[in-house]
Amino acid sequence: MSNEKIEAGLAKYNANVEKAIAKFPERGHLPEQRLYTPLDIAGENYAEEIGFPGMYPYTRGVQPTMYRGRFWTMRMYAGFSTAEESNKRYRYLIESGATGLSCAFDLPTQIGYDSTDAISEGEVGKVGVAIDSLADMEILFDQIDLGKVSTSMTINAPASVLLAMYIAVAEKQGVPSTELKGTIQNDILKEYAARGTYIFPPRPSMRLITNIFEYCSKNVPKWNTISISGYHIREAGSTASQEIAFTIADGIAYVEAAIKAGLNVDDFAGRLSFFWNAHNNVLEEVAKFRASRRVWAKVMKERFHAEKPKSQMLRVHTQTAGSMLTAQQPNNNIVRVALQTAAAVMGGTQSLHTNSRDEALALPTEESVMIALRTQQIVAYESGLADVIDPLAGSYYVEAMTDRIEKEAWDYIKKIDEMGGAVAAIEKGYIQKEIQDSAYKWQMDVENGARTIVGVNKFHIDEEPPKGLLKVDASVGEKQKAKVEAMKAKRDNEAVKNALADLKTACADENENLMPHILAAVKTYATLGEICGVMREVFGEYEAHVNL
Amino acid sequence: MDKKIRVLVAKPGLDGHDRGAKVVARALRDAGFEVIYTGLRQTPEQIAEAALQEDVNVVAMSILSGAHPHLFPKVVNLVREKGMTDVLIIGGGVIPEGDIPALKEAGIAEVFTPGTPTSEVVKFINEHVKA
Repeated sequence: MSNEKIEAGLAKYNANVEKAIAKFPERGHLPEQRLYTPLDIAGENYAEEIGFPGMYPYTRGVQPTMYRGRFWTMRMYAGFSTAEESNKRYRYLIESGATGLSCAFDLPTQIGYDSTDAISEGEVGKVGVAIDSLADMEILFDQIDLGKVSTSMTINAPASVLLAMYIAVAEKQGVPSTELKGTIQNDILKEYAARGTYIFPPRPSMRLITNIFEYCSKNVPKWNTISISGYHIREAGSTASQEIAFTIADGIAYVEAAIKAGLNVDDFAGRLSFFWNAHNNVLEEVAKFRASRRVWAKVMKERFHAEKPKSQMLRVHTQTAGSMLTAQQPNNNIVRVALQTAAAVMGGTQSLHTNSRDEALALPTEESVMIALRTQQIVAYESGLADVIDPLAGSYYVEAMTDRIEKEAWDYIKKIDEMGGAVAAIEKGYIQKEIQDSAYKWQMDVENGARTIVGVNKFHIDEEPPKGLLKVDASVGEKQKAKVEAMKAKRDNEAVKNALADLKTACADENENLMPHILAAVKTYATLGEICGVMREVFGEYEAHVNL
Repeated sequence: MDKKIRVLVAKPGLDGHDRGAKVVARALRDAGFEVIYTGLRQTPEQIAEAALQEDVNVVAMSILSGAHPHLFPKVVNLVREKGMTDVLIIGGGVIPEGDIPALKEAGIAEVFTPGTPTSEVVKFINEHVKA
């Protein structure tokens, strides 16, 4: 059909709509136009902008066979209490068919404090597992073959230390570091912008990150050295376009820092990975995944002249949106997570964590985690959504929205470039303010009824408080403290002292790669708090300034 | 009362999830209160000291990490020890229903759980701050 004919048809349709609306008003204002036609993607160059899976610009997916080859990795984020408890949960997940591990650490671990530190009181073992030294890490991966499993660790400011511990545990199991598969999150910029578990100021933090890139490119070549994360930016309240724009801006900053440190882009870019949120609006999310791959491919090829295809591919882990879970009628969350899973799968994710129904209330029970994992398996094996690659390509709506999100992302990236890049934009508070404004708008839309959350501002019922929530044993803090003290009494404290002194010297020399020094310290059973303490002395700490 | 109600919005503990705290802070400001936000990772001592220095009527805390049974009562005690007997202390976050009676017993006037409209927090403050 020619465009003239379509335009004529559309004009006729619009006239009918006018008449219909006069009689039956439409429901409240929605941002998208109501109908999409070939006119909305009239200028689209299929070969250049959409293309084929496994081929530049990767809009349709990064692998040629996608889920026809194998499904995404079903990776459930877990960890709580002590290393012993978490080890049990990991082995349960592996027995239930999970194909990768994902470690959640408690807040003291994430901020580089020992369980024995006064500031850790009340937080030990709460949101993840407490790791104080190599001794805990040995227990965490007891009877788990690190040569087989792939492990993702949600650790940022002290990522170098936890990675060193993982390498040391593997060495004890007889697994060489060249065989290790997994990911460290290691994305400090989104910590400043959205997640809050930073330690050091941006400059030394960027150095630690580029040190890891360099070290791993030679010693741990199968490891994903960073997971550049939009997930938490979205959780903090951003829109879909902001999520990918700010994250890709962060990605640009990491690549620039590594190149500035003397690395060759194709030596490390293939190990960069991303982390997206799967939010409620299914089709917008699919468009977001597609747009993000296209933007990153263009950034890597055109801006950084990366030549290897792998350097241009945006490989992504996804988690369903925790902030969209409701405490009200928690079983409804199973349905939300199923739809979010559908979005991530149609968006072409490489791995996925599905949240459990009870996570707006507490850490999930084993039963809830099982339902969340089964949700992925049902989508994979029963729904048909994984049968063909990029099934929504060619939808007028999804293609137009992919273009719209890409354009919005480029506009933000340009603006951030003009500010001097992501680090400068974060230091100015620009990115934080944009996220806060979106979060506030969302909340006001919910409160004035423009946005409906089922069971919260509509379809509310009186309900009994849910029973059987997981409760972390209140004595975990004391238990962990005693373990740390006992470990310290047993180790060679002279060796610890020397290793820490050596690390301190290395910290002060900007040209020194810190990874070998951290690995040496870890092997003496120096604690995470001791190692980060040394780095705090040299690097100082980041101070945030909030502009409400 | 023509003097504006002053509210300290505080994040005790180590958790970095401050979407809720910031949204509440802004909603309280839009409702006409004077709002001071502490930022992340405040110790109970720092919060009590800020409450004193800023001469606030309300301390509103947010925790999503599960450290509330330990940290909320600690803040109440320190605020009271500093002689701020009239200051209204409220809390919010991911707080299981079962924990609420003990928190109230410890002196938290009200606990706001996920899904609470900000207007409810505004109403509660207006009704409970002693003029």
